[in-house]
Amino acid sequence: MTGMNMSVLEARKGQVYEKGDGPFKLKCNLDSVPGAVSQRACVFCGSRVVLYPITDALHLVHGPIGCAIYTWDIRGALSSDRELHRLSFSTDLQERDVIFGGEKKLEAALLELIERYEPEAAFVYSTCIVGIIGDDIEAVCRQVSEKTGIQCIPVQSEGFKGSKRAGYQAACNALFRLVGQGDTSGISPHSINILGDFNLAGEIWIIQDYYRRMGIEVVATITGDGRVADIQRAHGARLNVVQCSGATLDLAKMMKERYGIPYIRVSYFGVDDMAEALYKVADHFQDESIKKRTNALVREELDAIYPEIVRFRQALKGKRAAIYVGGAFKAFSLIKAFRLLGMKVVLVGSQTGTKEDYEELEAITDPGTIIVDDSNPLELSEFLKEKRVDIFVGGVKERPIAYKLGIGFCDHNHERKEALEGFIGMYNFAKEVYSTVMSPVWHFVPRKAV
Amino acid sequence: MKATNYTSTTNACKLCRPIGACLAFRGVEGAVPFLHGSQGCATYMRRYIISHFGEPIDIASSSLGEKHAVFGGGPNLKQGILNVIKKYEPAFIGVATTCLTETIGDDVTMILREFQEEYLNESHSLKIVSASTPSYAGTHMEGFRGATRNIVEAMTRGVPAPVKKHSINIFPGFVSPEDIRYLKELARAFDAEITILPDISETLDAPILLEYPKIPKGGTPLRAIGQMHGALCSIEFGRSVDDTLSSAKYLSDEFGVDAHRIGTPIGIRETDIFVSILEASTGKGLPEEHRLERERLIDSMVDGHKYVFGKGAVVYGEEDLVIGLTSFLSEIGIRPLLCATGGKSPHFKKAIMEVTRGLLPEPPLVREGVDFWEIEQISKELSPDIILGNSKGYKVARALKVPLVRVGFPIHDRIGGQRILHLGYRGAQWLFDTIVNTLISAKQESSKVGYWYF
Repeated sequence: MTGMNMSVLEARKGQVYEKGDGPFKLKCNLDSVPGAVSQRACVFCGSRVVLYPITDALHLVHGPIGCAIYTWDIRGALSSDRELHRLSFSTDLQERDVIFGGEKKLEAALLELIERYEPEAAFVYSTCIVGIIGDDIEAVCRQVSEKTGIQCIPVQSEGFKGSKRAGYQAACNALFRLVGQGDTSGISPHSINILGDFNLAGEIWIIQDYYRRMGIEVVATITGDGRVADIQRAHGARLNVVQCSGATLDLAKMMKERYGIPYIRVSYFGVDDMAEALYKVADHFQDESIKKRTNALVREELDAIYPEIVRFRQALKGKRAAIYVGGAFKAFSLIKAFRLLGMKVVLVGSQTGTKEDYEELEAITDPGTIIVDDSNPLELSEFLKEKRVDIFVGGVKERPIAYKLGIGFCDHNHERKEALEGFIGMYNFAKEVYSTVMSPVWHFVPRKAV
Repeated sequence: MKATNYTSTTNACKLCRPIGACLAFRGVEGAVPFLHGSQGCATYMRRYIISHFGEPIDIASSSLGEKHAVFGGGPNLKQGILNVIKKYEPAFIGVATTCLTETIGDDVTMILREFQEEYLNESHSLKIVSASTPSYAGTHMEGFRGATRNIVEAMTRGVPAPVKKHSINIFPGFVSPEDIRYLKELARAFDAEITILPDISETLDAPILLEYPKIPKGGTPLRAIGQMHGALCSIEFGRSVDDTLSSAKYLSDEFGVDAHRIGTPIGIRETDIFVSILEASTGKGLPEEHRLERERLIDSMVDGHKYVFGKGAVVYGEEDLVIGLTSFLSEIGIRPLLCATGGKSPHFKKAIMEVTRGLLPEPPLVREGVDFWEIEQISKELSPDIILGNSKGYKVARALKVPLVRVGFPIHDRIGGQRILHLGYRGAQWLFDTIVNTLISAKQESSKVGYWYF
């Protein structure tokens, strides 16, 4: 493995593994190596990702301007109603606030914004500097809640206090404060909450429609197209259906402990996982009519897309794919989706995968596949070349690495504008892959000449 | 228009200070920008920059965690630099601080001096320059200008000045790669030797490649920066640039290099000033092909003047971009109604008044320290016909149903932001054609008739 010697820092060698290259061992869950140009973000980012899609809450970032401006409406989380989440609110702390404390400014900003927008609740995110100057945002939130009657919830998301995962936990803690406040009367015994879906490009509407057709009531969507009032009565649902690499898993665990609501983990990406998710939910309720409707739904949806998938498969067969995503869970589904298209995954990695995640990746990948944790541009670019990749799946930070080398790319991150979940999502995904891999522009890139 | 005084910021019309420093560092040959702070800052800024330029930008981070915030980030900074040296083999590392490291009180200058002593021997040519960029003081423009000046200071202080005085320093401020390429072309036409700092023309707009470069090609050569104090003169763009952030002022004060601190050359008059300095410095007249560009521009302004006369515009963004655009708009008969910036500069309002004097029936409303929410509130009352600025004003334009001409940074909803030419007669030509056609197109779309012959 030439790449290993050239671009992987000594301190990172344990975080790269090529399947078949000795027994599987991969270090993960480590602090990023300074100077390594990690693709990771921070605690604040984790919290912001999870809470952001709640559309009728105010999201106020307490800190200097950067954290708010870099997260202004960058994710494609759609709303069926209010769009408060698409605005960027900040206390824009200045030097004197840093010296004298930012609590007064925070309180004034909160009062002003609550009056202007009349939100259903307000989340107040603390940033690095708030953790250092010691503003008591809990106290400010309490005071403003009392004054306005609008619940203000502090989110302990100081950027440096861990990784993105710590931010998920902070967000779940904030959400858990809302749960349990609403009236749960009238909720069907066949009811669920959807957790870990952020309604990117309207995906949660696709999934909600499936559940509706199965005869299942969705109480709260957490957090895609999320509503404060729905989350407040989420404890009335009988099952939590959790997607994603643990972004909302902590919430499901807390709800299980306090309210006894069981949870299952699913993925809505790719036909196998999508169908399995619906079957799992149907099985949970042990209701024959639900099962029957689910079978019919899956058949109908598959019939609709299958001929198209076959067509894409003919063109894409044998092409080589690389995957680098935030959480490893999504990678499992992507590997299956690429297999369905007759493609070969030769590199798979994530920013924040766990030991269990990587063990599963090792189990489902082909020999020779590179598995990598918390990678960076120099490593990734070298792996892409070494493995002669035709398409790279990742987010905004991965895109220019692929494009600079003349390699196709599919955006599977929160910025995406195409719905990739559900059966129709598999069709969209195949189309995305097809339209980048088959583009004539690759005839002109230097990679083709060698 | 009543004065507003909001505590909260909604949709800020500015960026944070460290991103400006990172962008400036990216314009130095062989450089790796490095943020001393938590990992998120570097990642967020990279994403923001990538989405405009469509180019990779590796910004290293000291990736501080909780224990470093308590005990100091020095060890991580040093380890991070060592790793960058190992992986990237840079000739230059630009370290910018963040609000975290400024607040915990890391003495970066001292840490870097220790680093030099501990790890770099005298034969090592690596240059490390730091910029203090607390995000709670100033915007990305202070970060950009300040880092530029820090680079100049670090590369010239105590270095004997070269005797030969014939080259010209240009400090363009934060302009596009295309703008920089234009400046180089203009200098070539004058046969003038110039040093542009920073130079992002290649580093943030590179060609397609076979090999992924550790560090993109291009950037201001370190050797040239090290001779800037021996230049014939400096030309610095930006009427809003404060003395303390001015590289030209530094070179003038310390080394007696003549400083021409002029407006960013957008439109005719500001470009004329720039050209006249080039003419005086080189002893040559404006080369023919550029003279023709100027005259074609004026010819087209005559052809199109009726489409734009009396139209009202809202302009927002960085101070110097707004000043330049306002200057140009007032030259073509468009009334700048609101000139807004998220930054704060004691020179902003004065400059706007200067560049519009004698050309406008009434002076525009000038607002600094505003956010897009306030820009929208004010604009609603002003009923503009056109809006000019970066893509972050799209929501305002959409709410007002007024067309937006995208200029500056960032442009996150179109491709090609790196190839927009704002400067010189040629940039003014592009601006003029774009503005006129945008207004014609708006008229066409709102007309029932479907005019298609103008």
